[in-house]
Amino acid sequence: MWEYTDKVLDHFRNPRNVGLIADPDGIGEVGSMACGDALKLTFKLDPQGRIVDAKFQTFGCASAIASSSALTEMIKGLTLEQAETINNQDIADYLGGLPEQKMHCSVLGREALEVAIRNYRTGDTSKKILEGKVICHCFGVTEEEITRVVKDNGLKSVDPVTNYCKAGGACGNCKDDIAAIIARVQGEAPAPAPTPAVRPSLTNLQKIKLIQDTMEKEIRPALRKDGGDIELIDVAGNRVLVALRGMCAQCQVARFTLKDVVEAKLKEFVSPELTVEEAP
Amino acid sequence: MNVYFDNNATTPVAPEVIEAMLPFFKEQWGNPSSMHAFGGRVRRPVDKARAQVAALLGADPSEIVFTSCGTESDNMAIRGAVEAAGGRQTLVTSRVEHPAVLEPCRWLKEQGHALVELDVNPQGHLNLADLQQILARGPAIISAMWANNETGVIFPVAQMAALVKAAGGIMHTDAVQAVGKLDVDVRKTLIDMLSLSGHKLHAPKGIGALYIRKGTRVRPLLLGGHQEGGKRGGTENVPYIVGLGQACELVAAHLAEERTRVAALRDRLQQGILATCPDTRVNGDLKLRLPNTVNISFQYVEGEAILYHLSDVGIAASSGSACASGSLEPSHVIRAMGVPFTAAHGSTRFSLSRYNTEAEVDYVLAQLPPIIAKLRAMSPFVKR
Repeated sequence: MWEYTDKVLDHFRNPRNVGLIADPDGIGEVGSMACGDALKLTFKLDPQGRIVDAKFQTFGCASAIASSSALTEMIKGLTLEQAETINNQDIADYLGGLPEQKMHCSVLGREALEVAIRNYRTGDTSKKILEGKVICHCFGVTEEEITRVVKDNGLKSVDPVTNYCKAGGACGNCKDDIAAIIARVQGEAPAPAPTPAVRPSLTNLQKIKLIQDTMEKEIRPALRKDGGDIELIDVAGNRVLVALRGMCAQCQVARFTLKDVVEAKLKEFVSPELTVEEAP
Repeated sequence: MNVYFDNNATTPVAPEVIEAMLPFFKEQWGNPSSMHAFGGRVRRPVDKARAQVAALLGADPSEIVFTSCGTESDNMAIRGAVEAAGGRQTLVTSRVEHPAVLEPCRWLKEQGHALVELDVNPQGHLNLADLQQILARGPAIISAMWANNETGVIFPVAQMAALVKAAGGIMHTDAVQAVGKLDVDVRKTLIDMLSLSGHKLHAPKGIGALYIRKGTRVRPLLLGGHQEGGKRGGTENVPYIVGLGQACELVAAHLAEERTRVAALRDRLQQGILATCPDTRVNGDLKLRLPNTVNISFQYVEGEAILYHLSDVGIAASSGSACASGSLEPSHVIRAMGVPFTAAHGSTRFSLSRYNTEAEVDYVLAQLPPIIAKLRAMSPFVKR
């Protein structure tokens, strides 16, 4: 068994603030069933702009439930400016600590809070908004997110990064990229400059053929490994319409697979002008 | 009430086994190789234990090698057969093996041997045509489990052995979960090697055995002594060997009970859970399955959370969820069967033994539904 503190076990056994606020001011939804944990956070503000109520729903292990429960307790009574200073270490500290391999549960809490606050301020979708380049495709972790956990927790090697945000925890192909991010945060290496590619212009027919080839060789194998698949529906100018099949069709991660895998590959191999959309 | 339903992980040591072992700590602590009475007194009990293990398997005592555990038996069989064969070998195993088989196979692949990992279907079964296709290209060294530790699904190892031998190959089976629960008789098969583990059949941890059919060439893993017919160096672990022998004799006497009473308890548990918990599925084939095992997925909830709540009320089970395994991915067995993530993270295994009772099953059936309901009430994936 994990060495959970009494406080973790208490919040797991008697979670505080379970549920959803009917008419929330902010919603933050992070994680996915595929990843093994997911958290939906809602909060309500009072007229003075303080969090007067917070509720959560969590799919996950004992420490994921405890971290979610702790988070809702921690943010009640805070202004959003105060709440957004909470980082994952604060959540872990509140619980008297978490096992190292379970630190990602605290990160899940911080992410949900961040998304919920952004949702309040911008009205953006409640789904986790992924910015920047996805480094770990198995768990959908971006460069920005890895940079954040490395900075917040002073991480110095790849294994702890995996413990904190899962990146690198499945196929392991991104471990070198994670190491590069750590090195960059530590100021040992500058970010690599993107190399612009020069491509000859294509006829429409050549473009469609190249898109099909790229999908077959570069994209399908990766999706099929996870039980998914993709189908080319149409090419309208530089808009590529596709449909996701199999596991991908129901996977939240697939929504950004579209941007970060499919679109990135097509931009790389076909034309930088292409955009990818899911066919309605 | 304390209910232990995790017997595929380890079993309680039978009181008769402990009794049989004690004299070999207290009085008869000699080295069986010694040329004096202290040694002589323990030679015969080791021989007796070897005969007890052999009798359970239908083997000759000279075909039994005592090892330290099931993992050692698996490593010795696979690596030993490859090394004895010499040159580049083709290895075949399945995607759902225990890591004690998968890891040595993958290591040998890194050393330059060929490795094929056979797929399983959603019921957890192999397609024997896949194996035939590989064997058509030449002989191979096969390692396939007799029964799966997570789902209890039984592989047709006798049939596989017939195919492998016809093609001139070598067949090993990891029977760690099968021995003591099923009729495992090497005379009825052409299997060359078979691994078993003491602590899965009410002997203590730290003792296992490998059956090696006469004439099968295996290079020892441990060099350094003449013990075990030169197949495994190291002074015999006399008390544990005696314990394993006693445990094998006991399970032989209880084999019928596994098929009848234990299977009935398992079925009662399975039916009860399916009747009281909606959105629940049994993983793996229902028929070709160990009599003591049921693997159930509770959709929309995560396995570790289930286990901690069960543990709070004295119930021990196990889970194929990522968190429960200490990794970040759910069980390779459950995923190889194509169980979707929605169900894989909530997979829970209940494995019974002859020491379990109907009252225990009923206690679990009373405790489990409210736990699942509580976790589902806080799950964002439950449609309300």
